[in-house]
Amino acid sequence: MNRRGVVAVVRRDLSIAMGSKAVVLPAVIVPVVLLVLLPGIVGIAASLVDAASIGDLEVLLDALPASAVAGMSPDPALLAAELVVVYLLAPMVLLVPVMFAAVIAADGMAGETERGTLEGLLLTPLTDREIVTAKLLAAWVPATVVGLVGGGLYAVVANLTVGTQVGRLVLPTAEFSMMVLWAGPTFAAASLAAVSLVSVRVKTTQEAFQLGGVVVLPVIALLVSQAAGALLLSVWLLLIAGVVALLIAVGLLAVGARSLSRTRMGERLG
Amino acid sequence: MNGDIEVAAQAAIELTAVVRRFGEVTALQALSVTVSPGEVVALLGHNGAGKTTTVRLVAGLLAPDEGTVRVRGLDPAVDGPAVRRRLGVLPAASVVDDRLTGAANLRFAADVFQVPTEGLNARIARALEAFDLAERGDDRVTGYSTGMRQRLALARVLLPDPEILLLDEPTSALDPVAARQVRRSLTALATERDRTIVLCTHDLAEAEQLADRVIVLEHGHVVADGSPAALAARHGVGGLRLEVAIDHLEVARRHLGALATGEVETEPGGRLQATGVARDMVPQLVQRLGLDGVAVYELRRLEPTLEDVYLAIHDRARPPTPAPSPSRETPSRETPSREASSRNIGSIAEPDAEGQR
Repeated sequence: MNRRGVVAVVRRDLSIAMGSKAVVLPAVIVPVVLLVLLPGIVGIAASLVDAASIGDLEVLLDALPASAVAGMSPDPALLAAELVVVYLLAPMVLLVPVMFAAVIAADGMAGETERGTLEGLLLTPLTDREIVTAKLLAAWVPATVVGLVGGGLYAVVANLTVGTQVGRLVLPTAEFSMMVLWAGPTFAAASLAAVSLVSVRVKTTQEAFQLGGVVVLPVIALLVSQAAGALLLSVWLLLIAGVVALLIAVGLLAVGARSLSRTRMGERLG
Repeated sequence: MNGDIEVAAQAAIELTAVVRRFGEVTALQALSVTVSPGEVVALLGHNGAGKTTTVRLVAGLLAPDEGTVRVRGLDPAVDGPAVRRRLGVLPAASVVDDRLTGAANLRFAADVFQVPTEGLNARIARALEAFDLAERGDDRVTGYSTGMRQRLALARVLLPDPEILLLDEPTSALDPVAARQVRRSLTALATERDRTIVLCTHDLAEAEQLADRVIVLEHGHVVADGSPAALAARHGVGGLRLEVAIDHLEVARRHLGALATGEVETEPGGRLQATGVARDMVPQLVQRLGLDGVAVYELRRLEPTLEDVYLAIHDRARPPTPAPSPSRETPSRETPSREASSRNIGSIAEPDAEGQR
């Protein structure tokens, strides 16, 4: 393996991505809004919330194991705040790495085509596998880092706002840790595998963004399912979901290996 | 040791009966070309003749539908990385990334081609210096002019010191001074370092100046192959310049016009210049002028240029034109005028603005 070459492609792609407002702005704004502002507002609003609003969360409350509910504050407003930051908003930490991976992966091959540099990359001694590996790493590493940092920030904000009011650390729970450390990175892998396959088939980053946007839908479905009480993101479920995401990533890359081959990409050159 | 001898004896590039199709279009038709190590070959042909496809096949970016491609005995489809490590390809598209600095582009190339890290910074600095980019090396390429990008692309291709260079229009975007510098560098690489160079160009003067051998592609196959001199002898007819007594101008013009297949132009001071006068026509002309008592002050044969040769080959190789509709007049195919030929190969016949200066 030409490790130096792979690292060079990763470093170059990251340098280009970090210099792009289209990549950096969503990478900063989305985590700040979802993982800092939202839990912050919920915590601050806890003392202002009408206790009657807890009724809206009863479905979720019923789905939780008794042991989880037992430790929660008897104050309806604080209970609501804890439910929101620990169960309703926390799965947002899955959304951030998935979205970020999709944005960078969309820029991966389609961006090379758009900038006219794809031929230059294909003319290097890197093997097809090395090019694909480099492109995947260049999207997966920053997406995972953003997910981990975002998860950490979310936990800090949740504890500062809600935790201080209930008198204990509300995060991390085992489920939250599983989301941040396992499900987020594996979902990001599946996301970028899917978007990479799209990216190689289109000519502009814009098209890749649009087509690749659908990868967030399964994550949103998980969030809604938990909020509606239809599904509880338990440790086991998250473990299995991560394994499935990894299998999807590997499967997509295996199926799409032909599309990602040098000669196939060579045929698409102008 | 024996392996080294074998490699040395192998052709730098060898395409055998290569066919490559894109849908219903056949880009290469049983193309067979061999380039020896150390040779400088100009690949000529109009747009769509198959030059870019040939380069991509050699670099392993495309696979042939039929036939074989070998680079120093290696199959690019199987040993792609080893092949591309030996190649320095300057494609028509950009190889430099606008969003990186000039130096970062070179470092990227050094890393992927695994150029030794020892002394790499100095090597990159020398490459920037050699292409007059030292002062702008830390600037993003976005702010470079077209010529600067082309120079950076050449620096990037040459940095790993490839054994075989495939260059598509290397001087097309350069000013005359930079173009001359690049030609000198290429000549030095070929003569002093024994590098193999394949030059795809529309600049026939450049091809004539640099190439040991010219290959003309037409509709995906070779229609001419040889040294510029050999091709000129085989395909070119050259011209003639004649100065006679002013009173004998008309008689001389008549005789010259009867022998020349091209045009005869009258210049001030009793001079005539004709194109399309074969070498073996000259004694006949001298005899006729002598019989009519024409006073000849100067008679000089003009050797055919590569452009003359190329145009002659191109005109001969053109596929039959479809039958003209009754309402339209088209020039006769048997006697194509120079004007008609020039229009058909516009981009080739018109000298490159920068390269020809």
